[in-house]
Amino acid sequence: MYILCTVLFVIGIYSIIAKRHIVKKIIGMVIIEYSVNLFLILVGYKAGGIAPILAKGQDVAEFASKGVDPLPQALVLTSIVIGLGTLALMAALAIRLYEKYNTFDMSEINRLRG
Amino acid sequence: MTVFYVLMVFMIIGAIVAVETKNMLSAVIAVGAVGVGASVIFLFLRAPDIAITQVIVEVLSLIILIRVTIRADNYAIERRQDNFANIVGLVFVGLFLVFAFWAYKGLPEFGNPLMRVSSSYLREGTRETGAANIVASVILDYRAYDTLGEAIVLFTSILGAFVILRPKGRKHTSEKDKGSFGIIEDKEIKGSR
Repeated sequence: MYILCTVLFVIGIYSIIAKRHIVKKIIGMVIIEYSVNLFLILVGYKAGGIAPILAKGQDVAEFASKGVDPLPQALVLTSIVIGLGTLALMAALAIRLYEKYNTFDMSEINRLRG
Repeated sequence: MTVFYVLMVFMIIGAIVAVETKNMLSAVIAVGAVGVGASVIFLFLRAPDIAITQVIVEVLSLIILIRVTIRADNYAIERRQDNFANIVGLVFVGLFLVFAFWAYKGLPEFGNPLMRVSSSYLREGTRETGAANIVASVILDYRAYDTLGEAIVLFTSILGAFVILRPKGRKHTSEKDKGSFGIIEDKEIKGSR
């Protein structure tokens, strides 16, 4: 399971390093984000567990022994929303670069500068 | 258990399609498929809050990415293959996988979390905070300062995006703005190509 998650991460890394289109780099960043969030949730999963929401009339001791880890879930909730913010920032930068240079190609932009 | 593997393989295939396809619009949509797969897997991992948030964020990020790609030339520029970057990328990927495989031996096995802190959250959470949803009690009570910091980061990034995207400042009003906020005329699209 962890290894499959890491494969997802590695695809994102490859996309950032090897692709020249700036949107592909952004896509790689987004994929990395998903894989890291997924990894944290995977670490907190308990086999046969229940969601950390207390149902009405449920025994608290039984709930505490069966519930999955709520801490990574809470922090990943934060990180997903922050990911949206960074994505918006990256998209704004990409749009600005396109307006200035009329291309999305990173090496082209490097060549045109200066 | 198998459903996790099926969904993970689906996500990996989606990611490969997103990275390797030539058409940018289909790449963006493949990323959307990966995100939706992630939200379904969150649902199966007993994390309904995350699944809901992931769907909403997925829709928004898809809109943002389509907004980036829609006006431009939709095809990836692959005239010259950048061999050096490809090789560096693949070497790094291999090294990373090896080290990750090595590091995962130290982790607790899948399905047996440590839960030193969070078992007390599960036990005491409802009594101490009065919230039935323990995730909500963590983000809004035990770790409320984290949530405040998240709000600040979000605000800052949106502010940055607005500053970057705003039409040119007062100095350059004589220059022709190219519709920085979106819809541009047809002839301008043709002109910019």
